[in-house]
Amino acid sequence: MKTLRALMQPHRIVLIVLFAALVIWCAVSLRWDWIPDYAPLAIEGLWRTIWILVVTCVLGFLLAVPLGLAQAIGPWYLSMPARMFCTVIRGTPLLLQIWLLYYGLGSLFPQIPWIRSSELWPYLRQAWPYAVLALTLSYAGYEGEVMRGAFASVNKGQLEAANAFGMPRFTAFRRIWLPQAIRSVLPTLGGETILQLKATPLVATITVVEIYSVSSRVRSDTFIVYEPLLLLAVFYMLIAGGINLLFRRFEKQVPGV
Amino acid sequence: MGKLMAMSDVAAKENQVSDAQSEAIRVTDLHKSFGALEVLKGVSLTAHKGDVVAIIGGSGSGKSTFLRCINFLETPSSGQIVVNGEEIQMRADGTPVHRKQIERIRTRLGMVFQAFNLWTHRTLLENVIEVPVYVLNVPRAAAIERAKVLLDRVGLGDKADTFPSFLSGGQQQRAAIARALAVDPSVMLFDEPTSALDPELVGEVLTVIRDLAAEGRTMLLVTHEMKFAREVATHVVYLFEGRIEEQGPPAELFGNPKSARLKQFLQTVG
Repeated sequence: MKTLRALMQPHRIVLIVLFAALVIWCAVSLRWDWIPDYAPLAIEGLWRTIWILVVTCVLGFLLAVPLGLAQAIGPWYLSMPARMFCTVIRGTPLLLQIWLLYYGLGSLFPQIPWIRSSELWPYLRQAWPYAVLALTLSYAGYEGEVMRGAFASVNKGQLEAANAFGMPRFTAFRRIWLPQAIRSVLPTLGGETILQLKATPLVATITVVEIYSVSSRVRSDTFIVYEPLLLLAVFYMLIAGGINLLFRRFEKQVPGV
Repeated sequence: MGKLMAMSDVAAKENQVSDAQSEAIRVTDLHKSFGALEVLKGVSLTAHKGDVVAIIGGSGSGKSTFLRCINFLETPSSGQIVVNGEEIQMRADGTPVHRKQIERIRTRLGMVFQAFNLWTHRTLLENVIEVPVYVLNVPRAAAIERAKVLLDRVGLGDKADTFPSFLSGGQQQRAAIARALAVDPSVMLFDEPTSALDPELVGEVLTVIRDLAAEGRTMLLVTHEMKFAREVATHVVYLFEGRIEEQGPPAELFGNPKSARLKQFLQTVG
């Protein structure tokens, strides 16, 4: 109720009215008649965008943990490759990585007979495995660097307490070190996940049909340009808002360290 | 005559055995160097069950390092450490031979730190059950029940679901003591437990420690609280530059110090 009253101030009311007018104008005077025709495809694309985002973030993060750990405390033969990987991934455009994997690996594989005859071939001849791989490696590269700092920033006394009570090393890592490291970078991870969302349209360039490519399809089929893009923007904002809420909830579970 | 000798031999041996059984910690000739700096220059100390050993000394005297060597938070350079009759196997450079042995012995030594070191991402209750549940494999329900009793005992029964960062230093330190008690330690190690506290919070922590001493818990206590050491300790050790300068019962050590350094130290800390 309090927030509602806070909204009821003259300048806010004016802004609300202006925004509502804009939405109504968009709804009334722009063309939306193409929506029913493309709705099934759009839902499919939306679903693909979301699962690619979730899968690549989860897998990428699982890779980022050892990458960060190797850089934080690993011996040189682990930390050096990890640092190189992160440097290369962060130093080259994602679009380039996607294309190198798709046009590079993707055109190399068909020339190798045992791959062509393997059970994986039905998947490897499609585009999405390369998209998932490229986005996963990218997320891993960026988050590997983030986790390096996160592991290093955990208070030494916290780990000392774990040691002093005889916690085996892996238990101390799983119960104390990792959760505290993740907690300290949750806000960063939330932002990076939103960046990852906004990197997903790049996979449209290798024929993966996600929500962005659906809007392109509408444009080329019907020559309607703005409306699909506006709707696309709304979709991305909704997903980004969802990610934000999710990370807020994570952050709330444990107070800041 | 020969028979008599043999009998007294047996008696001596039995005596030794019972002595070893009542020994909680025996440290012999402990050395520790950080690079070229030798912090401990051969410290020997035996604590029997029920002893409260206060370790005092100026800053840099090595008292904290000594305590931290006992549970291998610092790796000693050389020496012998026996906990509950079990000698810690050390290599020539002091590193433990079996990490598992260190881990097992550590679970028997409840440590309380100067900076509390409660796990900040867990509530007080979670802090107290952490080691019983995830290291000692105590059933969760039993661990929770016991943790509640312990938190009650240190006066924090109503804060079980609070995160450490919402508590005062004194409350955090009392919770840390509950965490140490949760493993039912054979020896408690206190590393300057009140040094990081505001003066008005020191009392509440000392009260808890005093209760533990009264119930006969074996404790090694590194402290700057001379009055408190005099009151609760059964034995006081004064360290000076990595060596034991003087030791004895508190009344004697504080009442009639023999060493000039100790006299001066007691005067300065007043």
